[in-house]
Formats: sequence, structure tokens, C-alpha cells
Amino acid sequence: MKIIVCIKQVPDVTEVHLDPETNTMTREGVSAIMNPYDQHALEEAVRLREKLGGGEVTALTMGPPQAEGMLRDAVALGADRVVLVSDRAFAGSDTWATSYTLEHAINALGGADLILCGKQAIDGDTAQVGPGMAARLGIPFVTCVQKVREVDESRLVVERMMDDGYDVLAVKLPALLTVVKNINEPRVPSLKGKMKAKKVEIERLNAETIAAKADCIGLPGSPTQVAKVFAPEARGKRIELQGTLEEQLAQLAVKLVELARGQEVR
Amino acid sequence: MDYFLTEEQQMIVDIASQVTDERIIPQRAELDENHTFPREILNEMAQADLFGIPIPEAYGGFGGGCMDIVLAVEQIGRGDVAVGTAFAANFLGSFPIMLSGSEEQKNKYLPEVASGRKFAAFGLTEANAGSDASGIQTTAVLDGDEWVINGTKQWITNGGEADIYSVVAITDRARGPRGASIFILEKGDPGFTFGPKEKKMGIRASSTTELIFKDCRIPKDRIVGRAGTGFITVMKTLDISRPGIASLAVGLAQGALDEAVPYAKQRRQFGKPIIAFQAVQHLLADMAIGIESSRALVYATARHIDAHPKNVSRVSAMCKTCATDMAMKVTTDAVQVMGGYGYMCDYPVEKMMRDAKILQIYEGSNQIQRNVIGQELNREYS
Ligand SMILES: Cc1cc2nc3c(=O)[nH]c(=O)nc-3n(C[C@H](O)[C@H](O)[C@H](O)COP(=O)(O)OP(=O)(O)OC[C@H]3O[C@@H](n4cnc5c(N)ncnc54)[C@H](O)[C@@H]3O)c2cc1C
Ligand SMILES: Cc1cc2nc3c(=O)[nH]c(=O)nc-3n(C[C@H](O)[C@H](O)[C@H](O)COP(=O)(O)OP(=O)(O)OC[C@H]3O[C@@H](n4cnc5c(N)ncnc54)[C@H](O)[C@@H]3O)c2cc1C
Repeated sequence: MKIIVCIKQVPDVTEVHLDPETNTMTREGVSAIMNPYDQHALEEAVRLREKLGGGEVTALTMGPPQAEGMLRDAVALGADRVVLVSDRAFAGSDTWATSYTLEHAINALGGADLILCGKQAIDGDTAQVGPGMAARLGIPFVTCVQKVREVDESRLVVERMMDDGYDVLAVKLPALLTVVKNINEPRVPSLKGKMKAKKVEIERLNAETIAAKADCIGLPGSPTQVAKVFAPEARGKRIELQGTLEEQLAQLAVKLVELARGQEVR
Repeated sequence: MDYFLTEEQQMIVDIASQVTDERIIPQRAELDENHTFPREILNEMAQADLFGIPIPEAYGGFGGGCMDIVLAVEQIGRGDVAVGTAFAANFLGSFPIMLSGSEEQKNKYLPEVASGRKFAAFGLTEANAGSDASGIQTTAVLDGDEWVINGTKQWITNGGEADIYSVVAITDRARGPRGASIFILEKGDPGFTFGPKEKKMGIRASSTTELIFKDCRIPKDRIVGRAGTGFITVMKTLDISRPGIASLAVGLAQGALDEAVPYAKQRRQFGKPIIAFQAVQHLLADMAIGIESSRALVYATARHIDAHPKNVSRVSAMCKTCATDMAMKVTTDAVQVMGGYGYMCDYPVEKMMRDAKILQIYEGSNQIQRNVIGQELNREYS
């Protein structure tokens, strides 16, 4: 089975903060990591390969040349091949242009039986890229997968996490899944993997080699515009309830009703 | 301090420290409390290729040396000496095969150890043979195409959990030390059973049991090397494995310092953080001095061993004794710095202090190590 995992380099959120003066993210000195959800997607791909006793796992990213480090990490974690799609022309891509670019890259790689993505990227947070790619590729997708129950060369049975439990879905291959964190626990990289990562040849694609149209990529291909980025003002209103638990609950009920009626809560 | 590690050695450190931080430290208190063998963690370490470090590449390993081992073991020891002991016992159990085994034995067993599919153990000690291995009573008698083994080994690390055991037995009592041989026992061999898990002061997550042999019959080709060469292989095995125990001690002591310093900065008495008191600072400083000097000695010894000099007994004994005595002192002082809180099970240092003690006892007590060093000095200046 040919599996492509889409991985994105994101700033380490534990180190990022918004500059309150300029309302922009301070990215300086912040290290880049593999999007945490994508680590789980990669782990699942490697486990599927191990379970099936063969196949190929390709990690694919669209990003600047610095994303190479993350691709090497992907090899240490079990990817067989790594592909960097990089071009100045991709700068400023929104989710529409990103999914267009990745779809073209996947086609340039000859397609895949299964495409795995994270549920969302922890910086952009839209959760749109996976489904966007599936729509463009004309293949079925399942989001928020928490377990792959069965797998063979033609179909998968998966569990989709829902607010109130989970759905069990059968999906024909080729297909795209986006995964949540409780699907697995990513492994620690192996020594042999790290040695291989050091030497691996990173395959490179650009706008030309994926046959992308100039008006579909980067800023020109991005219909969404960021009007303003800001940290929401702290609302600051806190009410502390006093008394026994029963008294507090009674007060809470009154306040909730007031809230529901649109009255000001004091 | 910069110890000029190679890129590959740094990879080993990174992987082992990731296992410690992400897997071992969050679980160690529970493993200790419930005396749970850390099989999942060990499997994870095997998956990361740590079990293959000293095994030659031809047998599926990484082909590393003593220095590579001590780097990995130090990081694991920083998390939990029980996990570190279970891990290091694999090397102890497989060194006899690596040093003196036949090509067939190497092909059969080493790839299994390297991949972590099978764990290994080393069985020397008996009830009446501790420091004095000449007291061994376990016997092996050749009967046709089989060896028949009888006797009981005591306090064997990974007992019951390992699949491959390097066991010392007497093949010719009349020949004294030249009458001992090593055999490879497999879990499941007829007549080979285990005693119950011992209850211990420390390293409780590790398994320590008896190995019981009652007319245990194994094929003739399970003997390691020639009959009568057992003690030579045992001495060589312990010489190269002791720096591993020393590195467990360095890791453990580092783990204790890593707890004590932040605590001393945050704990306030008499209106200041206790680290502001010079008496506390000096305790911490002495801990740091002990750790760094032991680490330097362990690394230097490991690199010396990797250069394959003729005799390494003395340096191996020195680094084991120095580092493990240091770890006992440092963990005790870590409890002291943390006062009553340090004595409580809510903090990890009480466990570290309990775990430290074994390092001065097993793989040759520190008194026995001093005997070795003293005897060599006596010879050297004669
Ligand atoms: C309105 C808007 C405007 C934006 N404008 C800009 C801009 O001007 N300049 C700019 O640089 N960025 C911009 N971005 C950010 C950029 O579009 C997104 O980071 C990118 O499209 C991915 O979307 P996401 O982060 O929401 O990923 P999600 O859709 O949340 O990601 C889901 C999954 O898709 C896969 N994936 C996502 N991105 C990649 C990738 N690059 N390579 C491989 N796999 C991937 C991963 O598996 C990931 O887990 C904008 C985003 C938004 C929402
Ligand atoms: C948790 C644990 C795990 C172990 N794992 C293994 C294992 O995997 N495989 C294995 O084979 N063994 C193992 N052992 C056994 C261990 O190696 C022995 O306990 C150790 O060698 C000491 O032997 P002893 O306990 O019988 O002490 P003894 O030999 O009875 O010594 C008692 C005391 O007398 C001192 N002493 C003895 N002789 C002398 C002397 N000549 N000069 C000065 N002082 C002396 C010792 O230093 C010690 O302080 C393990 C032990 C423990 C507790």
C-alpha cells in the first residue's frame, strides 16, 4: 500500500506569544516542530505498513527549505521517502491554495492508496486542508479518525470521533483520513532511523514540476485575506458564588437564566 | 561539559533521554509502588534500537562499544535505575555469547537480543556463592548429547522475564576455578523454573528471582566456549559491564540533583529561598562536583575499554566504585536538601536514595572492587 502523510511545520506554540503592541505573533527565536497531529498521522501510517507487512510511507510537506529538518525527523520516525514542495510562488497560500498545491504534488508523485493528515494544524487551525485535498482528488475522506479497525488493500474500517461517542465507517480506497491524537502514541525515533535520516535524499518538487497554474497558488491563488490578527481582549468579568453547594447552584441557575434572556449578569 | 561525543553518540543520548523524559519519568513512581516489570517501556527502547547498541552489525545490532552503552544507560538511570537495571542486564546476559559463543550461538541469539524480541539475563550468584564465586554448587553433567543441569541461582535480574539466560555451572569440581562453564538456558527448557519475585528495598520495578534447575536437560551445543573457561568469560563480562553500572549511578545522581536544585530555589524558610543559605549551596555544589568527576571517569574508562587494552579490571573497578559511592551520597544529600518533603513518597528522591544502594552491592560489591584495585597496586609496586 502506498501511503502519503501530509505533515506541516508549525511554530512550537509553547514558545509563541502575541506582541500586545503590534498584535503580531513573535516568531523570532521560536523553534519549528512537526504539527503534533501530523506526528500521529505519520505514526499511524508506519503502523499500517508494519501491520500489512509492506508498502511505502511518504511524508510530504509544502513549506520553505527550513522544513527539511522536519522531513529528516519523519524518516527517523519511520517514513521511507520524504518530499518537499517548495517555491517562492507558494508564499501567502491560504487553505484553498495549500490544498491545491498538495493535491498537485500528490498527483505528481503518482497518487496514493491512502492519504493521512492531522485533524488540524495548531497554527492555522482551520482543519480545511485535508478535506480540501480529498475534494480536489475526488476521493472519500473521514475526519477525526480515532482508530483504524480493519485494513486491507481495498478498504478501511475506521472510527470517527464524535462529541457523543464515535461512528464506525467503512471507506473504499483510495481515501483520505484526518486523525486525532488518541489514535496512537507516536514512537520514540530509532537509532537506525536517525542514521538513515542523516543520509536520506530529500525529493524536491516546485510549482513547475507539479504543473501548478500560477493563479491558483500563493497569494494570487488565495481568496481569503487576513484583515486583522489580534489577541482578543480579556473580558475580565468574574463572579464568585458564595454559600453551600446547593445555594451556589441556585444562584448559578438564576444567572444562567438571566444570561439566556440577554440580561446583564451581576 | 563538552565530552566531544560523535554525532552518533549524540543521537544515542537524544533517543535515550527522550525515552526517559516521555516514558519513564511519568510512570516510575507507579511502577515502583506496584513492583511492575516495565515491559512496555523496554519494548519501546527496543523499538528505538537501544538494545542493539553493543551487538555487532553482522548480528543485527549497532556495533557500538562501551562508550555507547554508558551514554544510553546514563540517561535511562536518570529516569529510573530499575528500568536501567532491567535494560543493562540484557547486555550482561549477552556478553558471554558475544565474547566466547560459537558462530551458531551468535547467529541464533544475538539478533533476538538486538531487536529486543527476547530479553537476556546473567546467572552467577547462588545462596552460598555471592562475592566468592568459588562457592557455586550448580552442576552440569554431560549425558550423551545433553547437559543435565542441577542447582539454584539466586537474585537473578530479569528472572522469569528474560528468554535467554547465561548461567554458570560447575562441569569439573576437581579443577576448581578452571572447572566452571557457561551455558545458554532458554525459558521453557524442561526442568528450568523460577522462584517468586523477591521483595526489595529499591529497584522494585525490576524482576529478581531464583533460577531453579531440576534435572534440566539441554542440547550439548548450549555450552559457551570450551568447558572450564566459564570464569574467564565471567571476569571479562563483568569487566566490560561494570562501567554500565557506574553510568546508572551517574544518571541517578544527576536525576537527584535535577530535583534538588529547583526545590532549593523555590522552598522558602526564614524569609528566603533555602538555596540562599550557604550550607545548602555547598551541599548542592558537592553533589555537582561528585557527579561531574564520576561522569568524566566513567567516560574515560569506557573509551579506554573501547581501545581494547589487555587488562581493564582495575579501571573498570575504579569507575564502578567511585560512581556508585558518589550516587549513594548524592541521593542521600538530595533528600537532606529537600528535608521532610524529600523523605515523603510524593517526591522522587526517597526512591532514588533506596535505588542507589543496590549499585554499591551488585556486579561485585564495592569492597570486592577495592580488593581488586588493592591487589593490582600490590603487584604493581612489587
Ligand atoms: C484566512 C487565512 C489566511 C491565511 N493567509 C496566509 C498568508 O497570507 N500567508 C501564509 O503564509 N499563510 C497564510 N495562512 C495560513 C495557511 O493558509 C495555512 O497555514 C495553511 O493553508 C494550512 O492551513 P491550516 O494551518 O489551517 O491547516 P489545517 O487545514 O488545519 O491542517 C490540516 C492538515 O493538513 C495538512 N497540511 C496543512 N498544511 C500543510 C502543508 N503546508 N504541507 C503539508 N501538509 C499540510 C496537515 O496534515 C494538517 O494536519 C492563512 C490562513 C488562513 C485561515
Ligand atoms: C537486586 C539484585 C540483583 C542482582 N542481580 C544479579 C544478577 O542478575 N546476576 C547475578 O549473578 N547476581 C545478581 N545479584 C547478586 C549480586 O551480584 C550479589 O549480591 C553480590 O555479588 C554480593 O554477594 P552477596 O550478596 O552474597 O554478598 P556477600 O558476598 O555475602 O557479602 C556480604 C558483605 O561482605 C563483604 N565481603 C565479602 N567478601 C569480602 C572480602 N573478601 N573482602 C571485603 N569484604 C567482603 C561484601 O562487600 C558485603 O558487604 C543481584 C543482587 C541483587 C541484590
